[in-house]
Amino acid sequence: MIPAAFDYVRPSTVDEAVAALVAGGEDAKVLGGGQSLMPVLRLRMGAPSVLVDCSRIDELKGISDAGGAIVIGAGVTHDDVEKSALVREHVALLAKVTATVADRQIRHRGTLGGALAHADPAGDQPGTALALGATFTIAGPAGRRTVPASEFFVDYFTTAVGPDEVLVSVSFPKHAGWGAHYERFNRTAQAWAIVGAAATVRMDGGTIAEARVALTNMGPSPVRATTVEAALVGVSTLAGIAAAAAHAADGTRPTGDIHADPEYREHLARVLTRRAVAAAAGI
Amino acid sequence: MTEVVDTPTAFGRPIRRKEDAKLLHGRTNWTDNIQLPGTLHMAMVRSPMAHARIAKVDVTAALARPGVIAAYSAADLGELNSGVPCVWPVSGDDTVMPPFPALATDKVRHVGDVVAVVLATSAAAAEDAIESVDVEYEALPAVVGMLDALSPGSALVHDQATNNTCYVYDLGGGYDEAAAKADVIVKRRFVNQRLIPSFMEPRAVVAAPMGMSDEMTIWTSTQIPHVLRVLLTLVTGIPEQNLRVVAPDVGGGFGGKLQIYREEILALQLARKLGRPVKWTETRSENMVATHHGRDQIQDIELAATKDGTFLGLKVTLLANMGAYLGIITPGTPLLGMFMFPGIYKMDAYQFRCTGVFTNTTQTDAYRGAGRPEATFAIERIVDELAAELGIEPMELRRRNWITHEEFPYTTVAGLTYDTGNYEAATAKALDMFGYDELRAEQKRRREAGDPVQLGIGISTFTEMCGLAPSRTLGALKYAAGGWEHCTIRLLPTGKAELVTGTSPHGQGHETAWSQIASSIIGIPVEDIDVVHGDTGRAPYGMDTYGSRSLAVGGQAIKKAADRLVENARLIAAHQLECAPEDLEFVEGTFKVKGDPEKATPIQAVAWAAFSAHNLPDGVEPMISGAATVDPEDFSYPHGTHLAAMEVDTETGKVRLRKYVCVDDVGIQVNPMIVEGQVHGGVAQGVGQALYEGAEYDPDGNLLTASLADYLIPSAADLPTFETGTTVTPSTTHSLGTKGVGEAGAIASTPAIINGIVDALRPLGVTDVLMPASPQNVWRAIQAAKGGAA
Repeated sequence: MIPAAFDYVRPSTVDEAVAALVAGGEDAKVLGGGQSLMPVLRLRMGAPSVLVDCSRIDELKGISDAGGAIVIGAGVTHDDVEKSALVREHVALLAKVTATVADRQIRHRGTLGGALAHADPAGDQPGTALALGATFTIAGPAGRRTVPASEFFVDYFTTAVGPDEVLVSVSFPKHAGWGAHYERFNRTAQAWAIVGAAATVRMDGGTIAEARVALTNMGPSPVRATTVEAALVGVSTLAGIAAAAAHAADGTRPTGDIHADPEYREHLARVLTRRAVAAAAGI
Repeated sequence: MTEVVDTPTAFGRPIRRKEDAKLLHGRTNWTDNIQLPGTLHMAMVRSPMAHARIAKVDVTAALARPGVIAAYSAADLGELNSGVPCVWPVSGDDTVMPPFPALATDKVRHVGDVVAVVLATSAAAAEDAIESVDVEYEALPAVVGMLDALSPGSALVHDQATNNTCYVYDLGGGYDEAAAKADVIVKRRFVNQRLIPSFMEPRAVVAAPMGMSDEMTIWTSTQIPHVLRVLLTLVTGIPEQNLRVVAPDVGGGFGGKLQIYREEILALQLARKLGRPVKWTETRSENMVATHHGRDQIQDIELAATKDGTFLGLKVTLLANMGAYLGIITPGTPLLGMFMFPGIYKMDAYQFRCTGVFTNTTQTDAYRGAGRPEATFAIERIVDELAAELGIEPMELRRRNWITHEEFPYTTVAGLTYDTGNYEAATAKALDMFGYDELRAEQKRRREAGDPVQLGIGISTFTEMCGLAPSRTLGALKYAAGGWEHCTIRLLPTGKAELVTGTSPHGQGHETAWSQIASSIIGIPVEDIDVVHGDTGRAPYGMDTYGSRSLAVGGQAIKKAADRLVENARLIAAHQLECAPEDLEFVEGTFKVKGDPEKATPIQAVAWAAFSAHNLPDGVEPMISGAATVDPEDFSYPHGTHLAAMEVDTETGKVRLRKYVCVDDVGIQVNPMIVEGQVHGGVAQGVGQALYEGAEYDPDGNLLTASLADYLIPSAADLPTFETGTTVTPSTTHSLGTKGVGEAGAIASTPAIINGIVDALRPLGVTDVLMPASPQNVWRAIQAAKGGAA
């Protein structure tokens, strides 16, 4: 449990961080809260030559109201996201999902940006970012660029962030007044989600007017259940929700492991989606 | 909750543990905290393959790495490459006892087997260097499952054998005759899965030559410093008088530290060879593959009965996975359960056979309960299956067959004599605490309503055997060591006392409980008694801590030593008070002349008189102590009734332990708070087996559950508050009336949980669920019962 030797730099600006990554080459790695990277290093599953510690860059901190969206710095901890009044009011689903990440100690160290850039298929937040249509601001040697969530998550542990780039912030469109719920299915309280279903809905009277549904761990990258979302519009009964949720696993490619095989994951996706939507809609 | 008990002495009081302030403040002396000048850090080169011929091991490149002082393959180490001993050849000459070299020589036989060792000036340098050891393997077919291992044509784990059978052991007989009279026979195959003892403190060892003497000291995170000293002497040739074994603070064991490990042997041999301290602390990843595993049985069980539910006969046929090698008591561990399959029940016939099987997996050995949890699981599960078959309420079926309290002492069909017990009383109390009838009514409502969340009630009425003794019985079972225990209590000049015990606690609370026993006899306050343990230099005699033996056996030695100390003190007190020894009474620490209460002396004053020795009676030596070595007359038999209310989400297969009630009868209690703590921990561990834990290998012999992210253990967040109660039926074979409590919870709870899940799902046609009863396993069982494609 002792990492291989590495160099360490701690920039104080995003530009310095990018410069350090460029200098470090392919083997340089960004260190955020360290809650995913450090276990990888300790298990020697990775041996980067240099760690660029971005935990002291002011620009990566802070949550702000940008009019139509809430912008969250990549270095904001899960705990600060979960407790933010802005996030709770305008992006309730993200607050609820974040509250389920790991345990309290980890939520105080780990960062939202780190979790999204790590892109673990079992991570709770990537699906929500996808379903809510978040946009990602990424800084690199050529300057800054903005990437929509639909292009950000590329594959298993792979995102649009290049080896010489730093995720700066994530912008979540406001969904004020939307009901939200996350059904996280795990074997022990602190285990990774076997499957998760995140749902947020805008109600019009007792009827679902709009829905966003995301699935955790149903493929190499997060899944937005667009078929379910479409089928939910106009639904006002549990039976209607169940009929829509029956499509939750459509087109997914879940993996199999000792906790769940693909067939069981598909079954769970349908059940959990139904429950999440029902809870979010108050039906 | 712990009841408030008012007792005349400290004995029986739920006082807080002496140990805890130190633990809570981090003032602990873990082995890994020991820092000796000049220490070399040892790292292991472990096999990534389950079964392979070793074509080459070359440490040259590792030796060139910074900080590396030495590196060895088996060939480099030569005769210092001692073997790990097994002390329990259960069937004598018929038991296959293959070599278990500290460094593998010809083949590696499981993932994590050790092929080379590196020593460097820092742990980081050692870990870097193991990547430079050049090992070439020629892969061989891995033997993973027991059924495959026994099939003709299987690859052989040990080439010198003709098959993968370690031994076949038989007990009892007459089942076929009993079964011929039966109205019903229930047959099941249960799988008692492989577990990994997950103690908090990983294993660690420091071995060091002491100055210019010939003495070697080894500090190690072990349950068995005394037994280890003998075994290390035998395998290394270091004279016993020159070897000191110390178990400093030890952070849990659960049987996993009841072992002589190759890393301990290597650290000792290499410290001696190199003349420098050698230190090794395992990582959690190493722990998962290199610390011995537990359980792992395939159990074929048959229970024959009349239609009114009277048990006639029981037949048990086990396959027990040894793993790749035999550790200290690997072959004997499943046999510790062979007497317990009949449980608390009367029957005419019992027939047992166990086959030990070698596989390319980590060795198995003792894990909390060691054989008894497996037996208890099988009998308590099959009793529920018979109840369902006969349509008899499962607790009623138990009542019809259990030994009633008037029938003790009772010699069971397996040949044990249970001294005492009162299953009726414990069960009545448990049912009352549980609200059994109300829960049955709720179960009925949920069934009738077709609720997606079904309710089940799980029952486990268990007994177990603790305090493995007497020694001659262990000898008859071919176990190499005895079952006695030692205690010496020394009065110090200022009126304090040192209690030297041969037990070796690793979380149990011996320092508190032993002080309570001694205080109640010698009259010195608990806080004035220091308990010395776990160091062969300070506590030379002992048999250590495992099998719930410490109080059951060690407690008797404390009582006898304390009684002797008082008698020795009495001679001096009588001399001082100018009376005959028999004219003194000893009350709460004071010798008083009978009929003349003004003439009295506290034992502390007697201690000073014995130290100054100015005025001792003729023939009485200075200083006062009492010592005793006790070999108990028989085992002890704790018992209890455990009840679990299980909610099962039939849509997802997820289960929730809603309520858990247990009433344990562990005999007389020295400290009810410690009893309660032991029961809570044990129950949690048994729930762990039922719901969460399970070591799984892929077909190539790779451990799939090789980290705590995949090998799930429950935390407080996953468990309800257990409601514990006790009844007290004193043991009549143990002088304190105590029975032992360390394993009871782990033995009893697993079948209660699984019985509860099956009870919830039986209307759906489910008759068993695989352990751990993960959501997927439960969901599959439901799907299979529905007849759908699972």
